[in-house]
Amino acid sequence: MMFIGYFSFGQIKISGIVSDSNKTPLVGCHVHAGKNFVVTDGNGAFEFKNLAKNKIRLYATYVGFKTFDTIVDVQKDILMTIILVKSINSLNEIEIKLKTNSENNSILEQKIRTETIDRYSNQTLGDALKEVAGVSVLKTGSNIVKPIINGLSSSRVPIISNNVRLEDQQWGTEHAPNFDINAAGKISVIKGASALQYGGDAIGGLVIIEPISVKKDTLFGKTIMNYNTNGRGGTISSSLHKGNFCDWSWNALGTFKYSGDRHTPDYNLSNTANRELNFAGDAKYTGKNYHIAAFYSLYNAQIGILRASHIGNVNDLYQAINNQIPFVVADFTYNINNPRQKIQHHLAKIDFGYRFSDNENLSAQYAFQFNNRKEFDIRRGNRNNIPALDLDLSTHSLIIDYNKIQNSWTFKSGFSVQYQNNFANPETGVRPLIPTYERYDTGIYSIATRKINETISVDGGIRYDFSNIQASKFYIKTRWTSLGYDPEFTNFIVNEQNGQLFTRPTFTYHNFAASLGLHKVFENDIDAYANASLSMRNPNVSELFSDGLHHATGVIEIGDLRLQQEKSLKAAVTLQRRWNSLSVTINPFLNRINNFMFLQPTGFETTIRGAFPVWEYKQTNVLLTGIDFQSVWKIKSDLNLTMVLGIVNGQNLSENLPLIDMPPINFSNKIDFIKSRWYNFSASLKHEVVLQQNRFPDYDFDTNIFVNNSLQSVRVNISKPPPTYQLWSCSAQMSFKTLKNSVTTVMLSGQNLLNTAYRDYLNRQRFFADEMGRNIQLQLKINY
Amino acid sequence: MKNFRISGLAFLAIIGMASCSKDDAPVPVNEEEVITTVITTLSNTSGSVVLTSKDLDGDGPNAPVLTQTGTIVANRVYVGSVKFLNEQKTPAEDITPEVVSEGKDHQVFFQPEAGVGTFTYADTDVNGRPIGVMFNFTAGAANAMQKNLIVTLRHEPVKTASGVATGNIANAGGDTDIEVTYRVVITP
Repeated sequence: MMFIGYFSFGQIKISGIVSDSNKTPLVGCHVHAGKNFVVTDGNGAFEFKNLAKNKIRLYATYVGFKTFDTIVDVQKDILMTIILVKSINSLNEIEIKLKTNSENNSILEQKIRTETIDRYSNQTLGDALKEVAGVSVLKTGSNIVKPIINGLSSSRVPIISNNVRLEDQQWGTEHAPNFDINAAGKISVIKGASALQYGGDAIGGLVIIEPISVKKDTLFGKTIMNYNTNGRGGTISSSLHKGNFCDWSWNALGTFKYSGDRHTPDYNLSNTANRELNFAGDAKYTGKNYHIAAFYSLYNAQIGILRASHIGNVNDLYQAINNQIPFVVADFTYNINNPRQKIQHHLAKIDFGYRFSDNENLSAQYAFQFNNRKEFDIRRGNRNNIPALDLDLSTHSLIIDYNKIQNSWTFKSGFSVQYQNNFANPETGVRPLIPTYERYDTGIYSIATRKINETISVDGGIRYDFSNIQASKFYIKTRWTSLGYDPEFTNFIVNEQNGQLFTRPTFTYHNFAASLGLHKVFENDIDAYANASLSMRNPNVSELFSDGLHHATGVIEIGDLRLQQEKSLKAAVTLQRRWNSLSVTINPFLNRINNFMFLQPTGFETTIRGAFPVWEYKQTNVLLTGIDFQSVWKIKSDLNLTMVLGIVNGQNLSENLPLIDMPPINFSNKIDFIKSRWYNFSASLKHEVVLQQNRFPDYDFDTNIFVNNSLQSVRVNISKPPPTYQLWSCSAQMSFKTLKNSVTTVMLSGQNLLNTAYRDYLNRQRFFADEMGRNIQLQLKINY
Repeated sequence: MKNFRISGLAFLAIIGMASCSKDDAPVPVNEEEVITTVITTLSNTSGSVVLTSKDLDGDGPNAPVLTQTGTIVANRVYVGSVKFLNEQKTPAEDITPEVVSEGKDHQVFFQPEAGVGTFTYADTDVNGRPIGVMFNFTAGAANAMQKNLIVTLRHEPVKTASGVATGNIANAGGDTDIEVTYRVVITP
């Protein structure tokens, strides 16, 4: 990076131009002066007015370039030319960059950058998100991974991909986000509901994914290839990006994943192979004061579900828990048999942005999503190729956003309308728990941020959402009666067909959300953020309508039409302090949720297939408290130590019990060693500890099994979390200039190095099998 | 500005698309793999005993209803059979042929409480291993107490595992399609 010089003028301002080393101006470059922030215009120019006389930090960032960062002593006007130098995989920066954010002023966004995402190229979005303090994962086996933010997941953690909220049937724990990690350029985690522009129901938090986008006037590409020993498979992902000025730019990406059965240290995990074939592409036209862009992505996956997790009744569950060894262990294979999931997610959108001036713009976006989920079960009578569950979810959404910056105020306002249609195919021959339904949503929000002075800014926002859902649901008559739905919901009944009641449950919700926050910068590089947010979430279709055996889990899941919206009030503080060689971030939070919906084991029901555990959706008031901690210590110029700690405590206040399924305390230490001179060599060693969760409610129940020629009562131990475990992992990589303009990075890494056998409390398959054993990963990345 | 107008039209068209919805009358799922009824018949020259477990609401909350006709006489030898029906359909559908045709992936297990009697298989699948739809039963000694008899249908059991061919369920694995618990009395 270079800093060419300053010249004085007559007013207190900093202005200038950002360009690359060929003196080509960089458009859309982010320039920060103290707490001010602007984006360079079409000529690469920027300007900060009304600056106080002071020493301020000035820095400029641009994708693909090294960040320019300096301290400027502002005494009089400064005109400057900033020349950014292309970065070639600068790895000697902290992986998760903590910086002020764009979505909300008073909550620290935590970001995962491209280099880190690349390492997870062969894994899932959830795995990559674990890099952030306070994020853990909810798993079903090793391929279905959902993020948990501060103890909450699924419907409470919306995922926003490329400004579109993913509508991919996220209600189920065994429904992972339908997203290819390779298509992410940057991932941000916002812990809490304060980013109101994306919705007022993010009680847990938000995951915001921005695609790879290039503004440079060159064509460049990236290919990542992985091979994993565990699963004997790999991935290949290739992308091409073309950026241009005031003209067209486009990106295209394709990913192929292919893996066989995974294995634990002791046995093969039969039927855990998976495949993915994904595509994402966009084209954008940038005019003088507007842009128009079209985007399309396809996620296409087939995932095998551990054979041994497919159980019949309570006896099978009891045997699985007590034997500790899966009842089906076959030889390694690449084949995927039933049970398996076959998922397709299409996302198409067009968006349009218009700039009235540098300080005022309007954007409009229409997005269409189509999600098809087929679940194949082990069935009798040649029905293995007929899905046991077949849902088509279509979502149309239109969003209009308006932004204006005036003096010290920033306004953001917008509205959205959405229509969603779910079709549960009746040809499956299995009653679907999720019914056919139609849903209409409208939302309107306003957010204002006021910069009171150079060090303090405050923000506040409100949002209103309207939602109407009409379902077409068939209830078994006896179930309807046993749930006591008469006479309260008798008006939903349309008629009776084949012993089932055809009902049309209709619900309308009015929700309010609000956020209020403060950001203060103290001297000596201390940042303090404080935020309080109020949010409401509607019961999802699974919570309302489930009414029978969920074949994927072997549990009778019972929803409740009486469920009311969940209301959360979350307060969080983030303190961040930077010393020369150490930076520390501490983030305590408190989340009080009324009418919290959760699945509670309540006993069992006997059917002709034997007894089944019954889990019912209940509502209670809960309090979640916790603290996330992260520190990065630069021990030497080439040696970093990163520590991450997450603690969350969930209490069911109504029943005065610990809350079920809360992540246990976990912490990790990672040492990074970087030696740029040795072909950009870097290596890391990571140690991760997940303690046993000692705060859990006891929902164990008794059942009768046949032992020694008589029926005996035994306890089914479903509640107790698995013991503490610790894992070691490491990685090493080097980059080589291969051709004129291409760089090849070779990475060798290992996960679960000591081949530890362990189980995780937040894996739905923990009753049936151990987690994956050692994996050695070889990655080849070519940037060209 | 040409692009602007085109995109405006596109939005309008799309809103139009979004607002038209199909309103087909939904049909209930015709559940295909339901077994509502398990009938275990024991017969010999002096008559037959029919044990029935019937659960007409399938996965609904109601428990199966147990009935017995005829009496099991102590120490007698019976020829037995198990029959699986779906009585949610009219007329009732007999699922037994489907189980037998996929015999290598199915096995019926009998777990009698001590004193009920002994069971031996009387049929085989394509690999010469038992299915258990046909069996022989020798009643135990007379006992006034009601005793449990569990009849289980396992799907995809490991038929080669130790003891499975002689009816020991402990190593069978697979998953349970049917598990009924009859209450029986052995009369003198």
